[in-house]
Amino acid sequence: MAGPTQTTAPALDPAAVAGAARGTLLRLATAGSVDDGKSTLVGRLLHDTKSVLSDQLAAVERVSRDRGLTAADLALLTDGLRAEREQGITIDVAYRYFATANRSFVLADCPGHVQYTRNTVTGSSTADVVVLLVDARKGVLEQTRRHLAVTALLRVPHVVVAVNKIDLVDFSQEVYERVNAEVQAVARDLGLEDAIAIPVSALDGDNIAERSERTPWYTGPSLLELLEALPPSDDPANESFRLPVQLVIRPQGAARDDAYRDYRGYAGQVASGVVRVGDEVVALPSGRRTTVVGIDLGERTLDEAFAPQSVTLRLADEIDISRGDVIASASDAPEPTQDIKAVVCWLGDAPLRPGQRLLLKHGSRTVQTAVRSLDGALDLDDLHTVPSEALSLNDIGLVTLRLAGPVPVENYSVSRRGGSFLLIDAHDGRTVAAGMVGATLPSSAPAPTRPEGDEEWDI
Amino acid sequence: MTATTNDLTAPTAATTAATATTSADDRRLTHLDALEAEAILVIREMAGELERPALLFSGGKDSVVMLHLATKAFWPAPIPFPVLHVDTGHNFPEVLAYRDETVERLGLRLVVASVQDYIDDGRLRERADGTRNPLQTLPLLDAINDNRFDGVFGGGRRDEEKARAKERIVSLRDEFGQWDPKNQRPELWNLFNPRHRPGEHVRVFPISNWTEVDIWRYIEREDIPLAPLYYAHEREVFHRDGMWLAVGPYSQPRDDEPVETRLVRYRTVGDMSCTGAVESPARTNADIVLEVAASTLTERGATRADDRISEAAMEDRKKEGYF
Repeated sequence: MAGPTQTTAPALDPAAVAGAARGTLLRLATAGSVDDGKSTLVGRLLHDTKSVLSDQLAAVERVSRDRGLTAADLALLTDGLRAEREQGITIDVAYRYFATANRSFVLADCPGHVQYTRNTVTGSSTADVVVLLVDARKGVLEQTRRHLAVTALLRVPHVVVAVNKIDLVDFSQEVYERVNAEVQAVARDLGLEDAIAIPVSALDGDNIAERSERTPWYTGPSLLELLEALPPSDDPANESFRLPVQLVIRPQGAARDDAYRDYRGYAGQVASGVVRVGDEVVALPSGRRTTVVGIDLGERTLDEAFAPQSVTLRLADEIDISRGDVIASASDAPEPTQDIKAVVCWLGDAPLRPGQRLLLKHGSRTVQTAVRSLDGALDLDDLHTVPSEALSLNDIGLVTLRLAGPVPVENYSVSRRGGSFLLIDAHDGRTVAAGMVGATLPSSAPAPTRPEGDEEWDI
Repeated sequence: MTATTNDLTAPTAATTAATATTSADDRRLTHLDALEAEAILVIREMAGELERPALLFSGGKDSVVMLHLATKAFWPAPIPFPVLHVDTGHNFPEVLAYRDETVERLGLRLVVASVQDYIDDGRLRERADGTRNPLQTLPLLDAINDNRFDGVFGGGRRDEEKARAKERIVSLRDEFGQWDPKNQRPELWNLFNPRHRPGEHVRVFPISNWTEVDIWRYIEREDIPLAPLYYAHEREVFHRDGMWLAVGPYSQPRDDEPVETRLVRYRTVGDMSCTGAVESPARTNADIVLEVAASTLTERGATRADDRISEAAMEDRKKEGYF
């Protein structure tokens, strides 16, 4: 069990730092309702992984003292804006960094109240794991259900529920088990495969870095142990190869070396899968086929590339490929389409209405689109779909879109990268929606049970 | 490696990075490779989306890493945009020399916005505390307008400071260059949207997710030489505000501040007047990685007088259009 906040920050362990050079990256997002103690949890994670340096801690202690607090308020480590410190709330997603011997973590700290959908969608879209806070005294609230619903919709691979303030219920096993049962019931309704609940006290550090002696009945891992052990993203070998072309690299006379005057390469990040020299690929939407003859990463030449490496492909034939096209494995390429059904999280100030014209960005391609129809909106209070005339800020709805040209989209349930898109206001350039191709919304209130492993997103 | 060679794209990088293999475990990027892939994605995407981007290049370590990443992103073509430096007039001469050598070697176009020019002709006035850091905003915004840059790459990192921790990788600025932290564009998946109205522009921070240790580890791995003052050297310094300041034209000791010769190096490079050195025997990138990893102070806390002014110093400057 960790003691109260210490007043000195020990140095980072150089061995851990050296280890982190070999470790993997895990992206996590935190979410919670107001006053669940989320900022305190994040501060605790930073503190207990020795990611807080002494000048930062000294600043927190000084401000805490000025406010008449007896212990350092770790929430002050993360609330970065003047208005946040003044109001004691978190306004916008903040990014934090910590590392252990095996892993480096990028933490997106998503505020729970104002614009929670926008913030939770933003944080969850890149997350490998969402850590959701629940106050042990209050259990699963309406907002907890909403956060879990967004997490399920975004298909975040792992969900951890931190049952916080367990110290305020006398470390009661009964309370933890009641909250855990509620969490599991909601997760089942939402089709979340694994939601792991951990009893914690962010304030005191129980079960954060180390397992607490004050919860002897809890036999699972501490939060940090769990985060270190979670399997990272899927093995690219099980995915289909896709690379959205960002740029055509053709130096000609400007080549930094004359040997590369005739170089022609297609630069982009491998969105999914693996590509090897010799593989047959197809350019989309043209459908022309060719073979990979070289893979470059800067001056290095590779035999294969895998997601999410940023590389440049050289191809056997000079076929017409430009920015916005997708290079895919020839054996299982997606069919480009101009008509899609998708779930959108509406993030614009003005509402979305059927008939509206927008821009759609998928991979590196941006095309015009028209909203053919609005096929329903998700009622976040009881998580079922209702008919709707328009989507307002933070609403989630089902739309049918017509695209100005064919785009090789994929189902979001198959590929988060191949199935996600932005909707953009062509007039002012604002991002107005997060879209997921082929996702579905429930037609009625959630059924008590759903078949395991259902491929559809169902809430 | 020492700071005497100066090749940003030293091919030795190839020997240290992972080679292609076929087992599932080896198809997981180390976190440094994942950060590199993300930065290159952002740089390429903005080069594809924007009409006239520029890259802020001061010669400091973060901007050197940025330039290294841009070199990789477009290889074997040259970097397709100019570099921009806001010269405070108080920069270390070693860093300016390093800047000029690098620009020449990579065949880049350098645009310099000079704070000194603005002071000389009265558009800006010297501050009472002598720091010129906040004075950079106006020349920066003028350079963006004059050159019609619609996007500016910066080496800002979210671990540097609490206000930076809130900023997007692609960050919209209004026609006055202002950042509005309460009205930021959502940044979803890895889809980056720099579209904006005429008069607005974006600031782009491809190394947002890197920490100071990541920067040094990458500099070591890629064998990137930096300006010599990042490495241990003897220098005449005096002690002020808990930092070692160099004796120079813009930083003179007061009577009660004795001058000593010490073995020091710089963790960050800003103005001579307000950037402090740290005592250090670290002469190589590898030494520095270990030193930084063991440090108990943040780089800004250790070396930047200007960021100690108030808890919201950076936020206030950013809102006005600062980097």
